This record gives sequence, structure tokens and C-alpha cells, in this order.
Amino acid sequence: MIGTTDSLLASNLESVDSAEALVVDAAAALGLDEDARMGLGLAIREAMVNAVAHGNHYSPDKQVRFILECRADAVKVTIIDQGEGFDPNRVPDPTQGQNLMRDSGRGLLLMQAFVDEFSVKRTASGGAEVVLVKYAS
Amino acid sequence: MSARFTTRQVGDVTVIDAVGRITLGEGSSLLRDTVRNLIAAGNKKLLLNLSEVSYIDSSGVGELVYGYTTVTGQHGQFKLLGLTKRVQDLLQITKLYTVFEVHDDETQAVRSFS
Repeated sequence: MIGTTDSLLASNLESVDSAEALVVDAAAALGLDEDARMGLGLAIREAMVNAVAHGNHYSPDKQVRFILECRADAVKVTIIDQGEGFDPNRVPDPTQGQNLMRDSGRGLLLMQAFVDEFSVKRTASGGAEVVLVKYAS
Repeated sequence: MSARFTTRQVGDVTVIDAVGRITLGEGSSLLRDTVRNLIAAGNKKLLLNLSEVSYIDSSGVGELVYGYTTVTGQHGQFKLLGLTKRVQDLLQITKLYTVFEVHDDETQAVRSFS
């Protein structure tokens, strides 16, 4: 179904689950195969966890803006938190050196692995705005 | 379904059977606690059976790494059994596939522990 939904989600893990489920459904409507759907769902999960946990610190006073745009040729998701933003270029590469054996730090890598377009910017209020796009083919 | 973990002994190897999704929250925390408790009880040969794990996120991958570094840090062995294609793909993407010793057959996996 083509269209855009724009919602505010609480900063908790239930929101992560909900967002992932919505996107997997949108991916199915787009005609993506199961692997692509699951991959996109994982990318969204990682982006939502970043927003909920690292951006908003699970604060009940902060929300995540979740924009799901279903187009004929793609699914586009925008996730905006109320944190302090981050520079993806300053996130250590988890596949290099001693980072490989850390038990965290792989979220950004997995986000980018399963989408066709990925960008991060800082919002006017200082939070992070992450955009992920997956094309039908 | 958030992951659940049960354990059983096959000789001196402890097999951890995982079922469900290992993701940030209950699933990943339970895995960490399971490994920690097993080590505290003196178990140093751990085989994590992931054949029933349908989904894992970066936190879950992190717990696999935690299990490996913690057990090997105690001079033990931590190996993986029965990776689904999805989990295997994630370990390839994160460059961890060559870090872990991975088996498809439990009998062979158990025999591989020294």
C-alpha cells in the first residue's frame, strides 16, 4: 500500500519491535523476498535501537519519530531521536583490529548491510536523523 | 519469541540449546547469564546450539563474542553448532565467521573438544 505514516514512538524496546514489524510488512507489499525482508527488518531494528537506547537513553520523556514511506519502487524509513546526534565517521569499524572482539558496536554496520541507501545527519534540535531506503530491485 | 536457553551434558561438553530470537533485551541477557553461570560452575567446554535460532541482531552477535572471549579467557572452549543461513550471513558480514569454530553435526562438534 503506497503512502506515508508518521508517528511518535516511545523510547523502549516494544517500539523497536513495532517498527520492525511495520517495515517487514511494507517490504512484503513491495514484493521483496524473505531474505530481503528480514534484512531490512534487521536494519530498522538496529536503527531503532540506536535511537531508543543511545539517542534517547530509554527516557520516558523522549520519543522517536518514525516515518515510513511506502513507494511503488521502494521503502524509505526515517528515524529521528531526541539525543545528541552522532558522526558515523567517528564510530570505530567493528571489523578491524581489537574492535572485532568487542561485544558491541556492530549496529551501524548491520544497518548499512541490508539497505540500498543510508544517511545520518544531525537535526536542528541536535538529535540524529537516520534515513534508510530499500529498493524493490 | 525471545530466546530461551536450556543446557545438557554430553560427556564433559555442555551443550546450550537456544530457541527463538537473540536480540537486545531478554534474549541477549539470558544468553550472557547462562554462559556466566556455566563458567562459574566450572564448565569450560561450551557448545552453543543455534539450529533453532531464527533471528539475531547486533546485540545477539555481541553475546556470541562475549561467550567466546569469556570462556577462552578462562582457558576453555566455546564453539557454535547448527548456524542457520541468516546467522551465518551475519557472522560473515561482521567478519566473525572465521573467529568461531562452527559445526553442523553435534557428534562431530562434541568430539572436537580437547
